[in-house]
Amino acid sequence: MRKILLASLFLLASATTFAGGYRVGLQGQRALAMGHTGVAYVNTAELAFFNPAGLVYLENKLNVSAGGFGVFSSVAWQNESTGQYAKTDSPMGTPFYLYGSYAVTEWMSAGLAVYTPYGSTVEWPTDWAGSHLVNNIELAAIFVQPLLSFKINDVMSIGGGPIFVTGNVNFNRNANRTLTDLDGNRSNITVDDSGVTNWGWSLGALFNVTDSFRIGAHYRSEIILESTEGTATFANFPDSPLTPSNGDTSFEASLPLPAELTVGLSYDCDKWVFNFDFTRTFWDVYEDLDIIFGNGRESINPRNYNNSSIYKFGVAYAPSDKFTLRAGYYYDQTPIKSGYFAPETPRNDANGFTAGLSFDISSSFAIDASFLYVRFKEINESYDYVDDGSSFGGTYKSSAFIPGIGVTYKL
Amino acid sequence: MKNYIKILALSSVFLAACEAELENPIEDGGVYTSGSADFSNYVAVGNSLTSGYADGALYITGQENSFPNILAGQFALVGGGEFTQPLVDDNLGGLLANGTQITQNRFVLAVDAQGNPAPTRLSGTPTTEIGNILSGPFNNMGVPGAKSFHLVAPGYGNIAGVAAGAANPYFVRFASSANATIIEDAAAQSPSFFSLWIGNNDILSYATSGGVGVDQTGNVNPASYGPNDITDPNVFAGVYSQEVNALSASASGGVLFNIPDVTSIPFFTTVPNNALVLTAEQAASLTGFFRAVSGIFIQGAIQQGVPAAQAQALGAQYAITFNAGPNRFIIDVPVTQTNPLGFRQMTANELLLLTINQGALRTQGYGSVALTPEVLQVLGKLQVGGTPTPQEAGLVLAAVNGIDDKDALDTAELTAIANAQTAYNATISGVAQANGLALVDARATLQQLANGGISYDAGTLTSTFAMGGAFSLDGVHPTPRGYAYLANLAIDAINSTYGSTVPKVNIGDYPTITVSQAN
Repeated sequence: MRKILLASLFLLASATTFAGGYRVGLQGQRALAMGHTGVAYVNTAELAFFNPAGLVYLENKLNVSAGGFGVFSSVAWQNESTGQYAKTDSPMGTPFYLYGSYAVTEWMSAGLAVYTPYGSTVEWPTDWAGSHLVNNIELAAIFVQPLLSFKINDVMSIGGGPIFVTGNVNFNRNANRTLTDLDGNRSNITVDDSGVTNWGWSLGALFNVTDSFRIGAHYRSEIILESTEGTATFANFPDSPLTPSNGDTSFEASLPLPAELTVGLSYDCDKWVFNFDFTRTFWDVYEDLDIIFGNGRESINPRNYNNSSIYKFGVAYAPSDKFTLRAGYYYDQTPIKSGYFAPETPRNDANGFTAGLSFDISSSFAIDASFLYVRFKEINESYDYVDDGSSFGGTYKSSAFIPGIGVTYKL
Repeated sequence: MKNYIKILALSSVFLAACEAELENPIEDGGVYTSGSADFSNYVAVGNSLTSGYADGALYITGQENSFPNILAGQFALVGGGEFTQPLVDDNLGGLLANGTQITQNRFVLAVDAQGNPAPTRLSGTPTTEIGNILSGPFNNMGVPGAKSFHLVAPGYGNIAGVAAGAANPYFVRFASSANATIIEDAAAQSPSFFSLWIGNNDILSYATSGGVGVDQTGNVNPASYGPNDITDPNVFAGVYSQEVNALSASASGGVLFNIPDVTSIPFFTTVPNNALVLTAEQAASLTGFFRAVSGIFIQGAIQQGVPAAQAQALGAQYAITFNAGPNRFIIDVPVTQTNPLGFRQMTANELLLLTINQGALRTQGYGSVALTPEVLQVLGKLQVGGTPTPQEAGLVLAAVNGIDDKDALDTAELTAIANAQTAYNATISGVAQANGLALVDARATLQQLANGGISYDAGTLTSTFAMGGAFSLDGVHPTPRGYAYLANLAIDAINSTYGSTVPKVNIGDYPTITVSQAN
């Protein structure tokens, strides 16, 4: 039962990459509707993700926020010099979150956060032109984080907690551009692992500069998922001592979930709230994706990501007691260097446009909705480090539409 | 219900709008142009090189990588229609006639018990029965083995003629009737565009048989030709024009290919003619042997009344000197007045065939001398100044183990091939020019592959046997990557002739030889 639950959670969690690398920036309806800001915005239990230091300032004793998103995204690729083209047919991704906090005392709150900040599902047509880099990839990580938030004085609070991560990955690609068995079926390798776990932590601080002006900072540590117990399946290799045998073998690989530092401010003015967040993601930890197989083969894939920044702006307006309208914008820099643009995370700089609303059904229960449109520029890029010395590139265009719905409960 | 449909329609519009859309998508057409050519119905005519034959057989994946199929894939971006091929039934490649296998299975690169990779025929019973006539027509009319005049020969697809060699089993499979000709079946499809690559076998079957056939230059009746003969250039010119005219009748254009040099093909360039590698001691002994041969010849000639000076002049050619290191092999040639023993050392340009018994070259003195204990005894006798008996002299002369005609192309044969090829190519470029057709200089390309190679995005494509990437394991036919390169050459020629902008393929995406165990 636990397994099934976990598996279905993973199914929910996977989403096509649309934030830098395989970061999925969808950690709350209200925050997302305001450009995914919230490090200094004391409003709901979404603080459990954005800045646990703020939990202690929530007015109610019990606060719960939960929700999910439907990610509709696709990537189109073509190469004008050869006439090849392809489009991803990725299933709808459904990242989710669940946050709760409880005011234990005046000066301390306890909380729990479950969220899915990293994931990627990209499905290219099998054996497409870039199939030596990826046919399909599905990766998801669920973060579970118990939290404590302390009010140090009226001006300052801190909060944080350990993070338990469990991740899974399924990645298939062809062995190279041409190898087939006798009948022309492309030789391919699938790596699959689930229940890869590790620990990390996050710590935040919040300052009440004035009654209506707050500044926050939040750091989430890097977590490296090291996969050692998964299965690599070699398929459609020819029957020859010159090539690997078909069948299962073990593999070792590690995937870093990079550290993230966010600083920001929130200004409250009558019916209006203005947020600004700046996030720096330390992607430079992602140097390469190396897969060492149990049969002695290896696959070395340089990535050399750059650290990247996201600039986020959000505004909320409450015309009545029942309604709050929200809007936002963010600019999300890609961590991918030119020449390292691989089709398993085909991501360039993005402009995110967000909107949303909350409707209070009762004093304790609200429905939140949000919408995100991520706009990518068409880009000519390539991955120049294919192991046969070749380069794979062309023109890429990505798009993502992400509606979301959630609830807020407070008591 | 109506509302439900509306919502459904709306949401599908929404989802479609979600799809990433490139500014100028290739998929929607409009990126490339066809110029003055019409690619809607492309028909390819030719021999094995058009059919996709490779590795000594015609098999499905080879056909899928035929140069016309690759071309058609690119033509599809500029209005090209469906391209059909008479696919065989398996990837073994052999043909059956009434259940009996009549052509061999394909080669794969298999590793033997000692761990050495070597081209090996795949085992297994093929399933392509030539009696199962396919219903065409097919856009790919490539027929392995066809010569120029076969394209216009009635009955070339008649199953009754296969056993006698009068018909071609590959054409039998898809000829529209027993009496149909290849060109008729092609023209009947009213091609809007065509390719024609024919004439290779008019010299190649002669070449791959080591020149055992006859150079029929001067004989204009192809009905009298044997399978390994060189076609008369006038016959070639006549049928070639006829074929181009037939294909041009309905077509907006076409592309012709000329005939490459046999010296560019690994079948003739892989086994070097100087692979007789000797130590100083071996060289001295072999030199001594041929001095003995020379001496025996002179003596015998004098005994038969040949003047001594003439006998010595004739005999001198047999006193061949060998040196430490590589030496050229001895080859058998026709017995003539100037070469009464009928052998000589190979000259620099002469070629050995890939099919020569290389084991015999290495270990049995094939191409030099087959030394038996008896022969050694005679040599010993000679060394101490003895005079051999006529019988003993005969033993020594018989020990000369020259390379057979079927295993080599000598200078005369190479000249015959080159003359015919030059004449064919003059015809082809003349016809191309006269009809405004695109022309692929396959000859120049194969020369380039043989001399340094052609670089692509992951290396260099060369004509080196097995490992060079351009030629399949039969040493004659290209690999898929080689065919892809030929398709690119055709695209270049077509674009410059018709003002089209058909994109070329990335040849690195196409495979080369297949590694597999044979069973």
